[in-house]
Amino acid sequence: MTRLRLYFLTPAALSLTLLFLAPLAIVLVYSLMNRGVWGGVELPYTVENYRRLLDPIYLGILLRSFLMAGAATLACLLLGFPLALFIARAGKRQSLYLHLVIVPFWTSFLVRTYAWMFLLRDTGLVNTALLALGFIREPLPLLYNSFAVLVGLVYGYLPFMVLPLYATLAKIDRSLLEAAADLGARPWQSLRRVIVPLAAPGIRAGAVLVFIPCLGAYLTPDLLGGSKTIMIGNVIQNQFTSSRDWPFGSAVSLAVMAVVMALLLGWLRREKERLL
Amino acid sequence: MVPVLELRGLSKRYPGHTAVDGISLSIPRGAFYSLLGPSGCGKTTTLRLIAGLEAPDSGEIYLNGESISHLRPYERNVNTVFQNYALFPHLTVEGNIGFGLRHKRSDDIGRRVRETLQLVQLEGKENRYPSELSGGERQRAALARSLVLEPAVLLLDEPLAALDQKLRKQMRAELKSLQRRVDITFLFVTHDQEEALSLSDCIAVMNQGRIEQIGAPQEVYLRPRTRFVAGFLGAVNWINGAGVRPETTHISRVIPEGDVRVCPATVESSVFLGNCFHVEARLATGIPVIAEVPRHDDTYESGESVHVWWRTSDELTFEHESE
Repeated sequence: MTRLRLYFLTPAALSLTLLFLAPLAIVLVYSLMNRGVWGGVELPYTVENYRRLLDPIYLGILLRSFLMAGAATLACLLLGFPLALFIARAGKRQSLYLHLVIVPFWTSFLVRTYAWMFLLRDTGLVNTALLALGFIREPLPLLYNSFAVLVGLVYGYLPFMVLPLYATLAKIDRSLLEAAADLGARPWQSLRRVIVPLAAPGIRAGAVLVFIPCLGAYLTPDLLGGSKTIMIGNVIQNQFTSSRDWPFGSAVSLAVMAVVMALLLGWLRREKERLL
Repeated sequence: MVPVLELRGLSKRYPGHTAVDGISLSIPRGAFYSLLGPSGCGKTTTLRLIAGLEAPDSGEIYLNGESISHLRPYERNVNTVFQNYALFPHLTVEGNIGFGLRHKRSDDIGRRVRETLQLVQLEGKENRYPSELSGGERQRAALARSLVLEPAVLLLDEPLAALDQKLRKQMRAELKSLQRRVDITFLFVTHDQEEALSLSDCIAVMNQGRIEQIGAPQEVYLRPRTRFVAGFLGAVNWINGAGVRPETTHISRVIPEGDVRVCPATVESSVFLGNCFHVEARLATGIPVIAEVPRHDDTYESGESVHVWWRTSDELTFEHESE
């Protein structure tokens, strides 16, 4: 029995080792080397790449990435909670609505991000419509700024918030809400004192699922953002492409990973203590 | 005196069936009032209509003489003890009990929670979560959560049904003494006739969305107005149109005298129940009857020919039925 179990684990263990641990080890080694002239890496070993991380430019970008990912997570929560609650209460239509939430995944993320460019640019749908209706005289600056990046991130990652929220909200016993009303709680008080606390696991899961990919996003800021809205993902991407500085790119990647892991672990520990 | 709660012609229809069919009743202040009936008779729906968790199709609900039919559940001065208790799993016992007080802007929440904890004997458990409580403790916590608000009427939806047999009997006694102490009107929904008989000042027996009879426990048991009430409150032998309870059905080897009715019968079996025997017999006309025979009487063997008899004054009669 035990041996059989091990056999079944083998494919997963092998692929994790080959596709996750080994590349991670390579990145670690690269981050401790010098850049090659045409890209690639060269000896000798050095910690210079990590020292460069403390440059205010990179710290600033890292901070802005955190703020951006945080804002996107908050926006996803504010938009996703009512939606998830609605779906959880939709009775027979629940699975239809859930499918609708997932439908965007059928198309490539790249294509969907381009679609936002067509919507938001000066001659895009939104500006054209507003101009035609006479609400504005000149096109609004909707593209190539933080706003556009935020819209792109929220649009891209909203389903990752809605699905775990739906899962916890659908499990909440209706009789608890009846009890709350019976005990004098108005609907919004029930929401605050019963629904939100009981949905906490879903909120946490959704927040993690949205925050982490948003923090590392590079496609969205690259296409929808301007030069001033660069995020840490773009920094990493540039090191491996135009800047040809693989060691520094590796160091930035690992630093971001370390910060995220530290935050997550600290948070999980606090949650555990709260529950005990 | 104005009744604390009054229902007038209350109806609730669902597609395909009528759950509550024009019921009217009036509950005096301080009463322990029971709605008794089989499952699906509409008693829980009635309770939910009073709590405001369902909207009636017609009829009115009056609380202390004022119509509350248009009020939302959180605006009504009644509270419910739910059958599954519906305790908030993310709150401690203390948090659950204090839940409703926080909406009333009461300033001595802590003191009232402590007093209520004491009342239901849950002192020392205030920091436990519902998942850490036994069935009986959950029941008390649910009671306390509603009682602390001092509602005009406390609605109890089969509050003892989830407990095991022994605990149920114990909680039954506690519930009664609790009601006397807090002096709050209880409207108690149950399908257990023993519970209703032992607890209530007054019982409304429901069947298929209607009230069949309202009366004191002795009255509905001894003078049921319909066959349904007679049968639901206890066992009945139906002999040629008359109903006779097993404890007033007698068996003897000689023909008894006086104002009695007698039928020849054959004993089929005799079961010892500790405090009495249940003798099953079949009348010559083929009708089966059960007689509760005291222990010190003669014992009867199966196959024995006997006389089944009862006093005419013990017969249950039904003025309202033609069946």
